[in-house]
Amino acid sequence: MANTASLCTSFLAELMTATHNFGVAPIRAATTADTFKGALYLASATYNASTTAYSATGEVSGTNYTAGGVTVTNATVPASTNTSATAGTAYWTPSASLTYTNVTLTTAFDTVLIYNSTQSNKAVGVFTFGSQTITAGTFTLTMPSNTTSTALVRLATT
Amino acid sequence: MALVYTTLGEVDEALLEKKEGTFEDDNELTTWVEYWKDGALVHRSAHVTLKKMPPIGGELQNFT
Repeated sequence: MANTASLCTSFLAELMTATHNFGVAPIRAATTADTFKGALYLASATYNASTTAYSATGEVSGTNYTAGGVTVTNATVPASTNTSATAGTAYWTPSASLTYTNVTLTTAFDTVLIYNSTQSNKAVGVFTFGSQTITAGTFTLTMPSNTTSTALVRLATT
Repeated sequence: MALVYTTLGEVDEALLEKKEGTFEDDNELTTWVEYWKDGALVHRSAHVTLKKMPPIGGELQNFT
């Protein structure tokens, strides 16, 4: 037997639940999950890895669309899986599709920003797809499978 | 009689021209449906299924 240097996969999962605090962090009075939301952005917007929080700039607007988007269903807690002595992945995916019902969004959009509305609207991730418009219809964004290789949010050691 | 929500209100589907399409790549599978009446688009819905997103939050390298 020998020891093997690696970040612990359990640590990766615990990052997703704010178990560790290496610096100054919000005081978390609640032990329940935060509320996350999904906002849609125009194809002409410039959201990317440097995005730090939700903003109305560049967000879609139109009939029956509420600024800030819709609440993400979060019924499945983050999971983690070891794949070897040195590799593992923590992952999380919303547990239901994001649905924007009976909206009219005539300017092309191609992005959803997932953000934490409990923690000052801080950004989680920017996810893109083929450009769309909606006319008196429903836009449904179905999440990828919640696995180590496809989940919406994945933290991994390699 | 199936009713479709449109810019004109709810309209009998039989009175509308229906167009459907799909798009698929490594990132997504998208389906869309449009209804037209008298040459005007009165309804368009889309369903995007994300397949696999690139890792975000960074990959943490080992010390070795």
